[in-house]
Amino acid sequence: MPSPSITSSGLPDGSAASLTGFLHGLPGVDQVGAEARAAMLGTRSIKNDAKSWAIDLAIRMIDLTTLEGMDTPGKVRAMCAKALRPDPTDSSCPSVAAVCVYGDMVQTARQAVGDRIHVAAVATAFPSGRASLEVKLLDTRDAVNAGADEIDMVIDRGAFLSGNYVKVFDEIVAIKEACGSAHLKVILETGELKTLDNVRRASWLAMVAGADVIKTSTGKVVPAATLPVTLVMLEAVRDFHRTTGTRIGVKAAGGIRTSKDAIKYLVLVNETLGEDWLTPDLFRFGASTLLNDLLLQRQRISTGHYSGPNYVTID
Amino acid sequence: MKFEYAAAPESRAVVNIASNYGLFINGEFVEPHSGAFFKTVNPATEEVLSEVAEAGQADVDAAVKAARRAYDKTWSRMSGKDRGKYLFRIARLIQERSRELAVLESIDNGKPIRESRDVDLPLVAAHFFYYAGWADKLEFAGLGDNPQPLGVAAQVIPWNFPLLMLAWKIAPALACGNTVVLKPAETTPLTALAFADICQQADLPPGVVNIITGAGETGRMLVEHPDVNKVAFTGRTEVGKAIQRAVAGTGKALTLELGGKAANIVFDDAPFDEAIEGVVNGIFFNQGHVCCAGSRLLIQESVADQFIEALKSRLGTLRLGDPLDKNTDIGAINSYQQLAKIEELSKSGEDEGAERWSAQCDMPDKGWWFPPTLFTGVTQAHRIAREEIFGPVLSVLTFRTPDEAIEKANNTPFGLSAGIWTEKGSRILHMANSLRAGVIWANTFNRFDPTSPFGGYKESGFGREGGVHGLAAYLKVEDPS
Amino acid sequence: MNALIGKDDRVEIRKTIKLYIGGAFPRSESGRTYEVNSAKGDFLANVAQGSRKDARDAVLAARSAFTKWSSATAYNRGQVLYRIAEVMEGRREQFIAEVQQTSGSTTKQATKHVDAAIDRWVWYAGWADKLSQVIGTSNPVAGSFFNFSIPEPTGVVVAIAPHDSALLGLSSVIAPIIVSGNSCVVIASQNQPIPAITLAEVMATSDVPGGVVNILTGDAAEIAPWLASHADVNALDLTGITDQQLAQQLEQDAAGTVKFVRGPRTDADWMATPTLSRIRAFTEIKTVWHPMGV
Repeated sequence: MPSPSITSSGLPDGSAASLTGFLHGLPGVDQVGAEARAAMLGTRSIKNDAKSWAIDLAIRMIDLTTLEGMDTPGKVRAMCAKALRPDPTDSSCPSVAAVCVYGDMVQTARQAVGDRIHVAAVATAFPSGRASLEVKLLDTRDAVNAGADEIDMVIDRGAFLSGNYVKVFDEIVAIKEACGSAHLKVILETGELKTLDNVRRASWLAMVAGADVIKTSTGKVVPAATLPVTLVMLEAVRDFHRTTGTRIGVKAAGGIRTSKDAIKYLVLVNETLGEDWLTPDLFRFGASTLLNDLLLQRQRISTGHYSGPNYVTID
Repeated sequence: MKFEYAAAPESRAVVNIASNYGLFINGEFVEPHSGAFFKTVNPATEEVLSEVAEAGQADVDAAVKAARRAYDKTWSRMSGKDRGKYLFRIARLIQERSRELAVLESIDNGKPIRESRDVDLPLVAAHFFYYAGWADKLEFAGLGDNPQPLGVAAQVIPWNFPLLMLAWKIAPALACGNTVVLKPAETTPLTALAFADICQQADLPPGVVNIITGAGETGRMLVEHPDVNKVAFTGRTEVGKAIQRAVAGTGKALTLELGGKAANIVFDDAPFDEAIEGVVNGIFFNQGHVCCAGSRLLIQESVADQFIEALKSRLGTLRLGDPLDKNTDIGAINSYQQLAKIEELSKSGEDEGAERWSAQCDMPDKGWWFPPTLFTGVTQAHRIAREEIFGPVLSVLTFRTPDEAIEKANNTPFGLSAGIWTEKGSRILHMANSLRAGVIWANTFNRFDPTSPFGGYKESGFGREGGVHGLAAYLKVEDPS
Repeated sequence: MNALIGKDDRVEIRKTIKLYIGGAFPRSESGRTYEVNSAKGDFLANVAQGSRKDARDAVLAARSAFTKWSSATAYNRGQVLYRIAEVMEGRREQFIAEVQQTSGSTTKQATKHVDAAIDRWVWYAGWADKLSQVIGTSNPVAGSFFNFSIPEPTGVVVAIAPHDSALLGLSSVIAPIIVSGNSCVVIASQNQPIPAITLAEVMATSDVPGGVVNILTGDAAEIAPWLASHADVNALDLTGITDQQLAQQLEQDAAGTVKFVRGPRTDADWMATPTLSRIRAFTEIKTVWHPMGV
């Protein structure tokens, strides 16, 4: 919970003094303790019906992603087909939540998926974020105009680490405005923030500035999503909800490759935020290879025997 | 749909419990001279697990005699290097059989398999491994050039960490060249008897370890036996005092690890979420059956309401139930008697005016259970702030200044452990310095390690277990004055 | 000739031998004294016969001195102990005379005894700031924690000084108790109490805070049980108890509040260099855990 700080409303007003006072007044995070808590939750054993349910939920929470320099319309269309129908052999398999692409692929993706799932675009000079605000705004508007209904922006980590919280705050506010009705996911790039104290501060900064979702990583920096980082973000979302009544989403992106890992994240969400957050509206996985592992597990459960890589599609 | 975790029970098939057990004396299981047996029960189901011999005077004599013979003829003459090899063997055998032992511990004790599997058993193996390495290095322990074993050690252990307490007793005793007669608690004898089997698998010379089962009377006969040289006891303070009286004037070496009423002190600048976890782990770990449990929460008034609210909400997520379910956080209370004691003290808390809050839990129909409970509005004058409850019951007190926290924390006849939660380094060191307790956890709680000495101040006992300091309890040192 | 009597024809000023409690020299509250004679049987002094209430006062004084003494820097405690040796050195002749007279030893023996006692204080003085380094440890626990163990004083320690080594034995009992920061209540040798009270005068004039050392004279069999059962006493040193039954009773009394008891020692070689065992006996090991993270 934020310490009762600088403004009467409980939240900072966006001025440098209020942001610094507020963020620096947040309670610290003990790294060892947070890691121990995340590891303990990772030992939860999910079996039978609960496992089947969790696997389908995890599929429904995926932002199926391709963010490569070598992306082509063909590659994007293939991924979109997979996103809509992950397991061609099983019509009961749900679609993923969204596809996530670079801005210039939004139109291709939107044409491929129609209105059936969301199209997310990374914007704001992804992944480094090193561009002027004007460029970032253009990048955002371009994606929205091309049909993206979700924008994944990156924060200016340099500004954050140098204590220029106002710059980060103002950029998020401006991008949020440029998004219009599109949902804004704010990528903290926790692998560059380094400490869990910074993760908590950046989470609050993004939420106060208007993020709909806070997201761990671009996937281009190692480490990407980890359980302790996600735990701290979930705790920030929980506390923000207690303070304001507003539900913010969380997206764990990068590095989550196995069903077992995905289920650990769901346990983390369940035990930190409760079942209300176990919906694609409020929790997402940013992933590419995770989907196939979930499908293999799904087949294992439905057929009773282990499946193999040739029985899931490679897009 | 809710994310209800389906039951994830650990298989019982890995353990094989005999219908009855004799006494482990001189390397063999023997029928008790007493002819008496008692039942050991699964506290989660009230199912009788086995019948276990109740050692009488003749059995205690036989066990001590076997230990004496093994001491004189074998163990005290063996090189430290070879003693160490046996201990290393034991450590490895424990690792190999750790799943079996964890399941057995959970069945007999009621603790969640997550704890017996992830905490107890790894520490048991590590403890033997640590002291194994000391066996041929005792002259480096800082206790003189030629430290010698004491002889036969009589060891009596409690039911809260049955196998871990066995390890804490037997590993250093054997490393130092002593032989032992150990009595496990009457409600949790099974892992000690499984350990006897491990001694056989290790080809440990007969008589070096003897395990005799029984209740308080057996323990009394053991510690009062004239041919033991050392008495080591972990358990209730009242029993510890009786043992100290009994041992008085005999020249037997004595170490006692007794009760506690630890303060877990949370400052307003604490790492909030980790402090919540630490407080939960401090008192609800092992159903609060922990002598060093953080049973008094001292919370700074400026954040008290916020902290207690968050704490309650966290307690609501604890999962109480089948100890063998891998997702269980809170297992069964070890015995009917202990449950009655917890209920009695909790009632006194209500009668004395503290406000009781318990997490909503579905209680199983059979077995002995108590929901995670906290009392607010507790003062130092309440019984629940002074007496050891040894159950999942947290007494919440508040403080305004660091001095007040220190004063309240130290205002108890006990002095086993304490916790400090603050992000301010210098405050941690000041608090650690001022708290009169043997183990101080700063921004963590209930951590254990074989290298880390454990033991209390004041009525929590004397002597240390663990680390190099643990060796002093089992060695005789040349001393001119 | 009485050592307290001057060598010329002057009528000497005799000293009243009183207790040493809280830095002051009170008479016994009981008003009692007992006669102490030299080894040859000459009258030496009427010495205060301490009572249970004197013992109670001494514990109170020791407790109130404990906080400050235990939190003094080790360097400071070392200097205070060394200062005791310095002041003793100045009274060396007096101590020799008293020891010789009360124990009946030769001048040579008494000199050896006193010199060893003074040197013993110097030996222990040097330990004050080395204890933590020798007894303390940094423990390599399996996890991301910094974990260390340090010795701390137990609290208020009651000691029964050896009856047959009036200054050296007494010093060898007191010094290891107070060097780590304990305060103590000592019952001096019943038959040879005079060097103990002279040592108290040394304490009073050598920077030892009042109450850190309290010396009672009288009958241990009468006073010690009250101290052994006293709930505000933390440990017991029975070095000077020769009566086995009394020793057993005191150990039993100590169990009431789980005091650590160091047993009687009848065969001590006080001249030999000690080990650390006396210091260890009256220290607690405190272990502190702290996570290491960023």
